[in-house]
Amino acid sequence: MARIGVFVCNCGSNIAATVDVKQVAETIGQLPDVVFSTHYMFMCSEPGQKLIQDAVREHNLDRVVVAACSPTMHFKTFSGAVQRAGLNPYMLEMANIREQCSWVHPDKAIGTDKATDIVAMAVGKTRWAEPLFPREIGVTRRALVIGGGIAGIQAALDIANAGVPVVLVERSPSIGGRMAQLDKTFPTLDCSGCILTPRMTELVQHPNITLYSWSEVQAVRGFVGNFEVDILHKPRYVDATLCTGCGECLTRCPWKKYPSEFDEGMGTRAAIYRPFPQAVPNVPVIDEEHCIGLKSLREDPSRDKPKCGACQKFCPRGAIDFRQQPTVSTEQFGAIVLANGMSLFDPTIYGEYGYGRYPDVITSIQMERLMNAAGPTGGEIRRPSDGKHPRSVVFLACVGSRDERVGRPYCSKICCMYIAKHAIMLKEHDPHVQSYVFYMDVRAGGKGYEEFIRRAQEEYGTVYLRGRVSKVYPEGDHMVVMGEDTLLGMPVRVEADLVVLATGVQPQPDADALARILGISYDGYGFINEAHPKLNPVESNTAGILLAGTTIGPKDIPESVSQASAAAAKVLGLLSQSTLLGEAMTSWVNQTRCVGCFSCEAVCPYHAIERVTLRDGRLAAQVNEGLCKGCGLCASACPGKVITLRGFSDQALLEQMNVLLLEPTAAG
Amino acid sequence: MPDTKYEPRIVGFLCNWCSYAGANLAGTSRIQYAPNIRIIRVPCSGRVDPLFVVKAFQAGADGVMVLGCHPGDCHYRDGNYYARRRFSLMHGFLNFLGIDERRLRVDWVSAAEGKRFADVVSEFTQQLAELGPFSKTAGGQPMPSAQSQPTVSG
Repeated sequence: MARIGVFVCNCGSNIAATVDVKQVAETIGQLPDVVFSTHYMFMCSEPGQKLIQDAVREHNLDRVVVAACSPTMHFKTFSGAVQRAGLNPYMLEMANIREQCSWVHPDKAIGTDKATDIVAMAVGKTRWAEPLFPREIGVTRRALVIGGGIAGIQAALDIANAGVPVVLVERSPSIGGRMAQLDKTFPTLDCSGCILTPRMTELVQHPNITLYSWSEVQAVRGFVGNFEVDILHKPRYVDATLCTGCGECLTRCPWKKYPSEFDEGMGTRAAIYRPFPQAVPNVPVIDEEHCIGLKSLREDPSRDKPKCGACQKFCPRGAIDFRQQPTVSTEQFGAIVLANGMSLFDPTIYGEYGYGRYPDVITSIQMERLMNAAGPTGGEIRRPSDGKHPRSVVFLACVGSRDERVGRPYCSKICCMYIAKHAIMLKEHDPHVQSYVFYMDVRAGGKGYEEFIRRAQEEYGTVYLRGRVSKVYPEGDHMVVMGEDTLLGMPVRVEADLVVLATGVQPQPDADALARILGISYDGYGFINEAHPKLNPVESNTAGILLAGTTIGPKDIPESVSQASAAAAKVLGLLSQSTLLGEAMTSWVNQTRCVGCFSCEAVCPYHAIERVTLRDGRLAAQVNEGLCKGCGLCASACPGKVITLRGFSDQALLEQMNVLLLEPTAAG
Repeated sequence: MPDTKYEPRIVGFLCNWCSYAGANLAGTSRIQYAPNIRIIRVPCSGRVDPLFVVKAFQAGADGVMVLGCHPGDCHYRDGNYYARRRFSLMHGFLNFLGIDERRLRVDWVSAAEGKRFADVVSEFTQQLAELGPFSKTAGGQPMPSAQSQPTVSG
């Protein structure tokens, strides 16, 4: 006979307000095998845990049911208490009577009934509990960082500086990310490139860091401590071992008129290009889509020479290689940091703003490129239509932020600040510029942020107009912005030489695909979910995969950097151990009854099913517990029912139904 | 259960990673829903053996829900695809057994969909209330063997 102890938590009034905890404890106390049942104010508190430990010893309990919050919340807490009392931690079962009962059913009679059922089911399940022992698994002391923006750079450097080898995978030709595109950073007006490029150089020269730029993560297998990752290395068509980065090819390429991705279409680049002069690595890439030489070779593989080949002809090192092929390498890692960053909202959906129709309506990131001394205009602010220096500039805040209509109800957090930065910098560039900002609210939470906004308004004379813009249209050689000043309660009309749309932050367009490759979850927008938004903000819900930067949600540079360092600390904590405890809830095969059909092998996502020959010569399935993650697909696929998932056995699951539906003691 | 107002009894198998977390989110967001569901946590919707569903009806459940991660989002890569295939066959089989297939609801609720969880549960509860108690529509009482089956205790 099992000796089960039941501990019902009041959770202050969180549970007790809508569940009669005393009655639940009493009713459950009547159930067979339950030898002790009580309730207490806060079971997770120190005295609450002690209550459990004392009761285990005093009543010689061998199984414990804690009826409280979700096991995702406090399973660790209570399994620790149970363990301290001398029981195996898996002899604990939690009944979730808070999130799934007291918080959703305000009627006390209903809540009490349901809570009684939930606890009775947990009692039923725990009758089938057995001690489980997780296996020790080895750890590969090597980390992978995905994304070479400032978050990825910081994470890689922190990990590498602690002496752990790191591989950084960046899919564009250079690391640097969004920060490399920026001119200045708020609120200090540090030159973005000046503070970023030293880090980029440090990274590429670091003995512990291997940089794979122009590469992508294709597949991830394995689990915490033992990831196996396929990395696709896209062909640059330039031999990186020979290239010195002299840039001769860039000037020789006759096809120079392609819009530059890095300059957000404000400038042009050749068919062979590097995104920006300080690119790391400083090795150009040939654009497969536009290069005439590559095209000619693809169309007619028997050609011995490409049609154009100007770059090849003039490269002093003979580094151009039109025959390069994509390659895939497979590497082992113990932990992964995902820092794949964000993209910016495409404002063409707002027809009234005329983006894409009028050349003098641009986005903020385009403004950054115009301001940047290394940008297409050499840092001179010239509007796209006629190259004139704008004197009146209108900023529209919240373009693709805080707007349900376009599916972006969240605040992008950084726009208020970068608008103020642009307004200040415009005035610095040209004292005659007058800036206007149409805003909803100014959100300037952060060190020195509010002061920065005040500076933009008071020192730099930026006019802030609270209201939305209804229409932007050209008139003569300027634009007209029609909006409303809600503080004055009247329509306003502003003539502008340049209109700047502060586009919001959104996930990378393929963030969901990458999340699926990694096996981590993401929200409705495509931002990655943290394991816990407050207490595990840099962990994904897959062990060993950490998160940093805007992949989780909008944030600015200091936040991204702190997160990256936090993620690096988590990686180092993980990799400082020589072994990890694996999954305890794994499947096992009753081999005497296994007929060797291997239905299990076909469904197992982790290739954890092995074929073994038994002593009598029969072929049977066996679970590799190091690989098993405990999903139970094999258990439900097995036609002979000879596979048991520990912790979720058929008996344990059926017992819960039986208790609920057949036992009269349960309130149902 | 008194007959004054018929309250359907629902067994819900929720995958640990998405739907169970979605149910928790409904709780933390204090979204109220019909109280009839009793949740059995499973690691994956692919863990749910069709046998469990039949056993639930045999034991007297009026409805069974299987909730998992949205297709493509399975924590175990493709467990929910197995569940989807399995239960689309199961629906036809239920009809064959004389059980209205509407009594089995298979759906996807992510960890971010607390509201959706509440809606799906309330809607299913309402549907079952309209269908009436299971034993009547099945044309008989729950099988006697189920009621006399002893509960196993370890």
